[in-house]
Amino acid sequence: MIEWIRFGLTAALIAGGLFFFLSGVVGQYRFRYVLNRMHAASMGDTLGLIMIMLGLSISHNDGFVIAKCLITCLFVLLTSPTASHLIARLEIATNEHPEKEMELIRK
Amino acid sequence: MTKKNDSTFKSRFMSWLSGENSPLDDELESIVSGEEEAGLDMLSFERAELEEEKLELRRDKLLLDEVAESRRMHLWAKTKGAKWLNVFYRTTAFILCAAIIFFLLSTVVALPPFGAEDNPYNNEVSQRYIEQGIPETGAVNFVAGMILDYRAFDTFGESTVLFVASCGVIFLLKLGDHAPGKPSKAMLEAEYDDRHHEPKNDGILQFAAKFLTPVILLFGIYIVLNGHISPGGGFSGGAVMGAGLILYLTAFGFEKTRRFFTYKMTRWISVLPLLCYAGMKSYSFFTGANHIPGGVPLGTPGAILSSGFILPLNICVGLIVMCTMYTFYALFRKGGM
Repeated sequence: MIEWIRFGLTAALIAGGLFFFLSGVVGQYRFRYVLNRMHAASMGDTLGLIMIMLGLSISHNDGFVIAKCLITCLFVLLTSPTASHLIARLEIATNEHPEKEMELIRK
Repeated sequence: MTKKNDSTFKSRFMSWLSGENSPLDDELESIVSGEEEAGLDMLSFERAELEEEKLELRRDKLLLDEVAESRRMHLWAKTKGAKWLNVFYRTTAFILCAAIIFFLLSTVVALPPFGAEDNPYNNEVSQRYIEQGIPETGAVNFVAGMILDYRAFDTFGESTVLFVASCGVIFLLKLGDHAPGKPSKAMLEAEYDDRHHEPKNDGILQFAAKFLTPVILLFGIYIVLNGHISPGGGFSGGAVMGAGLILYLTAFGFEKTRRFFTYKMTRWISVLPLLCYAGMKSYSFFTGANHIPGGVPLGTPGAILSSGFILPLNICVGLIVMCTMYTFYALFRKGGM
């Protein structure tokens, strides 16, 4: 019984993570502007990866594997948003007419 | 036509560049004016004028014809030509792809079956590595034993290639000379130039780098030191360490990096490991070729202090790779360190 619950949880979490990755890919091809596409791409990097890692650590009832998954999540959560932030900053710094793409509130 | 500054070649060239006159114009003008001067009486002058008008008309007609022709060609290129090109392109691409696939697949068919005993790669070399690798080199990681013991000369060449590459980059891209710890004027100008496009004093990046850099550097050192026990070695560990240094440099800038990693230090770190490598391998080649006991204990396989020269050689290679990566990044970005 507990094995089946574990299998179901793992399958559901990995399927959810794959869904987020898939929506990220679709968004990258469908959206037009850089920031929108970045938003779509980083969704898979964060939420999708965390869900897959969670599913894997549930399926492997092993402390070492769980620790590895946790460390992977931690590092990706540290690095991926930082990289996205830098790309967004570069886009804002180099785009001469950002008001064409979005609503700007100038201070 | 007014002729100004027509004396020197340079001024004429500059005026031609800016489109004021061309040498051909001058010549045409002079010929026409010479004819006008030759035809002194009124009649020939009129006749010449008539001829000129005729010529002009003809020229206009020719020009119109040419324009119409070129329009027709452009139209053809846009409609029928584009279609022809498309067909040609697709056919050629299809034939090329089919040919490549055919040749590759026929090669695959001709290959011996996978895992068969008498395959060419099951020769005495790999047998020797697998059977005698651990007793002879002391490295549990076969790859480290191969590249740093059996084929150490090859790896020495690779390290030299990295060193020469970083030397070339320094020759080509280094901006000016400056006192240690102080940027030169050219470097300051370069820094001013790209102040918009680089993440300078970015709080988020600095926060991330504060956590990540030590971890990345430690991981790189771990990979280098465990090169003879687990997968890894000097090349991969050096690349990881170089990436950590680049991250620190991106987050905190040159001034903070220069406190612990200067240009002078880079030079030393690039040269010294190469010399150490050369010295150690010369020693082991010399003793090995003359059947003299080298006197380097191999230790117990699997221990961190084992396998003779492989551990120091890994450290040398790691340092060279790290320095090369950092040098490339720093010089391509700013032309200095």
